[in-house]
Amino acid sequence: MHVRALRFLTVVAAAVALAPQVRAQVREQTADQQVRHVLNRLAFGPRPGDYERVRAMGVDAWIEQQLHPERIADPAVTQLLSQLPMYTTSVAKLRAEYGGPAPQAQLARARTRADTMEIRQDNREATRARSETEAARVGRAVISERQLEEVLVDFWLNHFNVFVGKNQQEMRFFLASYEREVIRPRVFGKFRDLLGAVAHSPAMLLYLDNRISGADSNRITLATYGAQQPVRGRAGLPVGRGSGNLLPTRAAQALQQRGARGLNENYARELLELHTLGVDGGYTQKDVIEVARAFTGWSIVPPNADGPGGRGAARQAAMASGSIVEGDFMFRPQVHDAEEKIVLGTKIKAGRGVEDGELVLDIVAKHPSTARYIATKLARRLVSDSPSFALVERAADKFTKTKGDLREVVRVIVTSPEFFAASAYRAKVKSPFEVVVSALRAVGAPADVTPRTHQVLTLLGQPVFGHQTPDGWPETGDEWINTGSILNRINFGIFLAAGRMPGTSEGTWPLPVGIRRESREAQVDAVIAAFLGGEASVETRQILISGTNPMLATAAPDSATNQMATRASNDADVTGMDPVQFRRAQAGRAFQNLPPLEGVAQIVGLALGSPEFQRR
Amino acid sequence: MQRRIFLKQGAFALVTMGLSPSFLRRTVLGNELPNVAKGKVLVCLFQRGAADALNVVVPHGEQEYYKIRPRIAIPRPTSGGAQAAIDLDGFFGLHPALAPLAPLYKSGILAPIHAVGSPSSTRSHFDAQDYMESGTPDNKGTPDGWVNRYLATCGTCEAHAKTPFRGVSLSQQTPRIMQGPAETVAMNSIDEFTVRATGTHVQRLEALYRTGTADLVHGAGQEMFDAVKMLKAANPQQYVPQNGAFYPNTQFGQRLKQIAQLIRADVGLEIAFADIGGWDTHANQGAAQGQLAQRLNEYAPAIAAFVADLGDKMSDVVVLTMTEFGRTARENGNAGTDHGHAGAMFVIGGSVKGGKVYGKWPGLAREQLYEGRDLALTTDFRTVFSEVVNKHLGAAEMSRLFPGFAPGAALGLL
Repeated sequence: MHVRALRFLTVVAAAVALAPQVRAQVREQTADQQVRHVLNRLAFGPRPGDYERVRAMGVDAWIEQQLHPERIADPAVTQLLSQLPMYTTSVAKLRAEYGGPAPQAQLARARTRADTMEIRQDNREATRARSETEAARVGRAVISERQLEEVLVDFWLNHFNVFVGKNQQEMRFFLASYEREVIRPRVFGKFRDLLGAVAHSPAMLLYLDNRISGADSNRITLATYGAQQPVRGRAGLPVGRGSGNLLPTRAAQALQQRGARGLNENYARELLELHTLGVDGGYTQKDVIEVARAFTGWSIVPPNADGPGGRGAARQAAMASGSIVEGDFMFRPQVHDAEEKIVLGTKIKAGRGVEDGELVLDIVAKHPSTARYIATKLARRLVSDSPSFALVERAADKFTKTKGDLREVVRVIVTSPEFFAASAYRAKVKSPFEVVVSALRAVGAPADVTPRTHQVLTLLGQPVFGHQTPDGWPETGDEWINTGSILNRINFGIFLAAGRMPGTSEGTWPLPVGIRRESREAQVDAVIAAFLGGEASVETRQILISGTNPMLATAAPDSATNQMATRASNDADVTGMDPVQFRRAQAGRAFQNLPPLEGVAQIVGLALGSPEFQRR
Repeated sequence: MQRRIFLKQGAFALVTMGLSPSFLRRTVLGNELPNVAKGKVLVCLFQRGAADALNVVVPHGEQEYYKIRPRIAIPRPTSGGAQAAIDLDGFFGLHPALAPLAPLYKSGILAPIHAVGSPSSTRSHFDAQDYMESGTPDNKGTPDGWVNRYLATCGTCEAHAKTPFRGVSLSQQTPRIMQGPAETVAMNSIDEFTVRATGTHVQRLEALYRTGTADLVHGAGQEMFDAVKMLKAANPQQYVPQNGAFYPNTQFGQRLKQIAQLIRADVGLEIAFADIGGWDTHANQGAAQGQLAQRLNEYAPAIAAFVADLGDKMSDVVVLTMTEFGRTARENGNAGTDHGHAGAMFVIGGSVKGGKVYGKWPGLAREQLYEGRDLALTTDFRTVFSEVVNKHLGAAEMSRLFPGFAPGAALGLL
């Protein structure tokens, strides 16, 4: 450890000393490449005109601007949000208006036809909360001027993954807020704030079961502890407020009995393994249990179960029972394990309340393993699938020195020689989200407020909030690329070129006026310039022009096989779809019965489906 | 990755000379040649999320089981009714939702194995899945999955040597178990596995991916065009399920149906893979009904349909189920279970000596539990995998598949 620390310091010192003088020289990428590189990594690919704008502004000035999204006007997003009312509605309001028992249960109690209609209507609107959240996520990435913020929202939503299918009836109301209010405002803030906001969020409390985690029955809870001796908390902190001498109202009793009592390790483990230290970060099974004990009682205000005004009643009951209620977060002293804990070597005294969890978050946020883990993940996202040790150490060091200032950590990475190294250029394979968003940006598409784009994204394998397990979507190319995914990406390119994505007709493509009358060669050059950053191999250009591949001269496709293939394809088109996979099927149909593409559309379809377009 | 690129390049050169890539693959890796593998198929099914072994294969003869699981224990078979465990041998029973599999046990083609899993102490889903798929517990550096190592190093009959379908994963992403130098196909479903374009367009796209660049994207694209053509020619969807088999309309059910279609279409399938998630039952796991039962209700009928559909063909097929670890022996505070240690597996096939529960039972008393909380391990998963691959597929040198592992005595499953 000592030797390692010394070596580490040496590296840092050398880097700090050298950085100003050598920075210009150590950028291996050409000026042109740097512009394209930042647009592909710190944005979801260029829109028409972006290349020229960044070039004129200068790469470094553009990066600096992107690091401060609050300084960038974003009227197109404001306009988009005005079309997505459910996405911008608070959790509290969504739960008050649409929460409660499942529609089936409500329908069973419906007295009149009007009741039934109202319940159905409510459920339709509640479902819209989810589809608007999906549309907003893709739409903002497509049109926002604050592209680095969008990239980092994508990164952190994946780091702190939650899944729409977990208790969907409730989860759907939490997701928009999770993106908009929990993650987004903090991606350039302090890691501890982001971690804390996530820990308090109803989405995470529900997803990883902490809302129902309570002290094991052999443990003293804060309620009984308070009854035995006075609660001594740190000044200013509401420790187990009123827990010792509360009057047991009927509502409070009901609340206490809600759910069985006992420890649940789910959040504690993933907090350590996936959110902070990393799986090899130096914690034990004992630490997992101690962390879980510290978070007992961190929960969610119960949903509205009693019709209009019910949520207020639930809050009242929660507070009457001694719970601390902040927004939709609730701390339940009745189930908080009040005994002493030892987390990663730090003793947490007995008799404390909600601040046990806060202290755990403090401990893990400043743990050296966390600095290294977060630095590695950011470098992997922004630089390459296997970032260099030196870069990770510099970023981790910045994390530690700035107490987890994420803006500064990102700055270290995106201004590093490694970021601008020749080996990093186009070295990342796009995720499906990146394929779809970058293609839409390339054709200058508007945000899509219909479910269509998200259906396509689902078919490509990356639905918004659709990853079931807490590790999030893959971060490296080898996991995204396989025979099936290449096929989907090719079909998507053809689909888009056939004008099947909303707002993307051929007329809006960023190609010179009168391109249709030009020669095939000129058309190909224009498409390569507009969609592939002007960079295509000689062979690719040749194929786009003539359709022949010099390297394939001896291995011409077998025409009989192709004929069979066409027949089989037609058969497949009429095959019935699995109704259970309705959403996939909707998207699946979208890729079928495409018209034959001609001329410029054909070139664009080929270009979007080309290997070059799969990289960033 | 490096090896794969080399192989793709080398294979491409040899194709033009009229030699098959698989011939090259064998020569390069110097692997053994086929013996009994002709027409044999292994189907690996992964229950992701850690299925609760104690409620899947229920030790109803164990008093302690009912003490430590007051809310979620499956009632003894003697209690009767639909909630009770289905007795297997007087000590173990199946979860009632596994009723569709009970006849397979009785007819002697299904063998449950208890207290089996990875010797690693990790309780991380992701590490544990990684270890089970790489076949190397506690070694994260292994670059490939054990199924891929089998495909890359073990021979098969010449008739199938040219197929890209030796290894097929019905999944959106290539699972770890299939990653590595050998060509495999990953697809979401057969009917999505086609290029939605017209003739010349397809040829151009194909050419784009055959420009010889040795990278990930080109490599996968080249394989894909070969596979698409072959699949279309074989047209597996013309095959309809036999013997009255009814596959549930779930993703897992439909994927098993498609594996059966690929087997019947004779595309050269040797190892197929599918997974089913949702086993991470931390809360409200339930007993005879509840979250675990829901998963089993999706799982069991699909497997039963697969076995019924293939009928006599099951003499050439083995189904091997796996999960990354088991769950805590005691129920937790939310009538669920947390991450544990040893689990349970099923091996199903015409050549399986079923009708018997395999594996030494370690007991559930506190001192018998692993770290005082989880079912202890008595059989390493590699012992089972080795035995199946050796006896069923005919691979001899297990040290290539599971480096550093010396399998103990075979259980006698096959």
